Amino acid sequence: MIGLLAATPAERRLIPGGRLQGPTPYVIAIMMFVMVVIGAAGLALGNSARLVAAGVDNRYSVEIADGAAKAATAQALLSASPGVTAIRPVSEAEMRSILQRWLGPAGAASDLPLPAIIDVDLAPGAPVAAIAANLERRVPGARFVAHKDSLGPVLGAVRSLSWLALTLVLLIALATAAAVVLAARGTLDTHRSTIDVMHGIGATDDQVARLFQRKIALDALTGGTAGAVAAGAVLLLIAGGGSTWLADLTGGPLLRSRDVLLLALLPLVGTMLATIVARMAVLKALRASL
Amino acid sequence: MSVKAQERPSPRRHWGDSKLSTIVEFDRVGLRYGTGAEVLRDLDFQLARGGFYFLTGPSGAGKTSLLKLLYLAQRPTRGRIRLFEQELGDAPRETMPAFRRRIGVIYQDFRLIRHLSAFDNVALPLRIAGHEGAEVEGPVREMLAWVGLADRASARPPTLSGGEQQRLAIARAVIARPELLVADEPTGNVDAEMAARILHLLTALNRLGTTIVVATHDLSLIAATPVAQMLRLDNGAMVDPTGALRNPPLAQQEQAG
Repeated sequence: MIGLLAATPAERRLIPGGRLQGPTPYVIAIMMFVMVVIGAAGLALGNSARLVAAGVDNRYSVEIADGAAKAATAQALLSASPGVTAIRPVSEAEMRSILQRWLGPAGAASDLPLPAIIDVDLAPGAPVAAIAANLERRVPGARFVAHKDSLGPVLGAVRSLSWLALTLVLLIALATAAAVVLAARGTLDTHRSTIDVMHGIGATDDQVARLFQRKIALDALTGGTAGAVAAGAVLLLIAGGGSTWLADLTGGPLLRSRDVLLLALLPLVGTMLATIVARMAVLKALRASL
Repeated sequence: MSVKAQERPSPRRHWGDSKLSTIVEFDRVGLRYGTGAEVLRDLDFQLARGGFYFLTGPSGAGKTSLLKLLYLAQRPTRGRIRLFEQELGDAPRETMPAFRRRIGVIYQDFRLIRHLSAFDNVALPLRIAGHEGAEVEGPVREMLAWVGLADRASARPPTLSGGEQQRLAIARAVIARPELLVADEPTGNVDAEMAARILHLLTALNRLGTTIVVATHDLSLIAATPVAQMLRLDNGAMVDPTGALRNPPLAQQEQAG
């Protein structure tokens, strides 16, 4: 990276201009802001889906439609089954509390029949099918339900959103690369007379390209860092503003330290990408000359 | 009319006896831009190393196009060019910078870099060749003094007069001690006194061994340079009024003899 930015004072004077001259740094800053925010959202959604999936992967419920009479039998049967690590009967009060969220006061009415529900955690690799078959045979009316089956569509949607975010980040990166190509060509046209003189004196394409790639690298680093810092500030504001419901829901952090590191590296990766793209664009344009 | 059409002599046969080498050799060279008519036709000549040549001809005769071939801003559309005893036709593009570093060019419009100081403009060929620090500082100061611009080292070209810009362009063209110096109307924008000074600079450089090719309309310049020989272009073809293409330059003949 330092090599991309290194130049002698004489080389710096050849292609003049401050770091924030022209629209390129601002375009890159905006693109980087959007990339970091969308990237963070995508990572957070991906993490949430993974945490939720891990939480329900081995969790099941036994539902017994005709009530509590059979619950004790079912509980005893489950206790004796291999691979069962935890059994927790869901109390009627808890069920009515949940129902009230959806039905209002009617959910608390005593004449509303409730099934018996028992939450069951199994050890990884436990014989799920055998346990379910044994239970449903010995306790008529009982259903053995996997939580992951219930949450599957939701988790699928969350994972799709996560991939969509990644795709958007890639698309924005491509748009940024296109903007860099245009900027490089513009800079090339602006300094065409200087380039012609340099070529005439014996400068190699590499010598000329280095001047331009340095300018683009500085623009990209400045704009990219500014955009990423702004995006980081916005994400911190959101996180600090009580919008931690997703973390509460999933029981884990939205972004892990490696995700934050990945996001922090985006400006550097963006700078390298912009520099490589600018170099390729400049070399291609130079090769069109003699 | 090409020299070939007049029984062009082989340069090796002709100059081999006088122990002179050829720095430029054109063999049936033609040039056209795009799909237009040929602006240069059947150029067939050699220039001796250390020679001083004036290239003349009416406007539109192809002088600037010929100079572009000489300083490698154009490739011929047909024919063969040898420069510094190396074939250019098959030379890959990557080798061009090495050739160009052996050539100094004084453009008609100077082509100084406006935002660089006089010092940086003159230093550019040395820096491009990889020199730094004292390797640049000393020679550039010396060169600026040689062209009478020692006290304008930090001035930018737009603040210099036409004559000063002309001398600055010359200084930049010769700072790297080119083997071949190509100048397009180097006295076109200056008064007679300045023209004489510029000519003095060019002849001094020629005495140091640099081959000089100057495109000019200025007959007084040609008359004031007895050591030089004249090449004349007419409608894209070379004519040879002084025998420059058939005979080595007078000064070289004397040295060889």
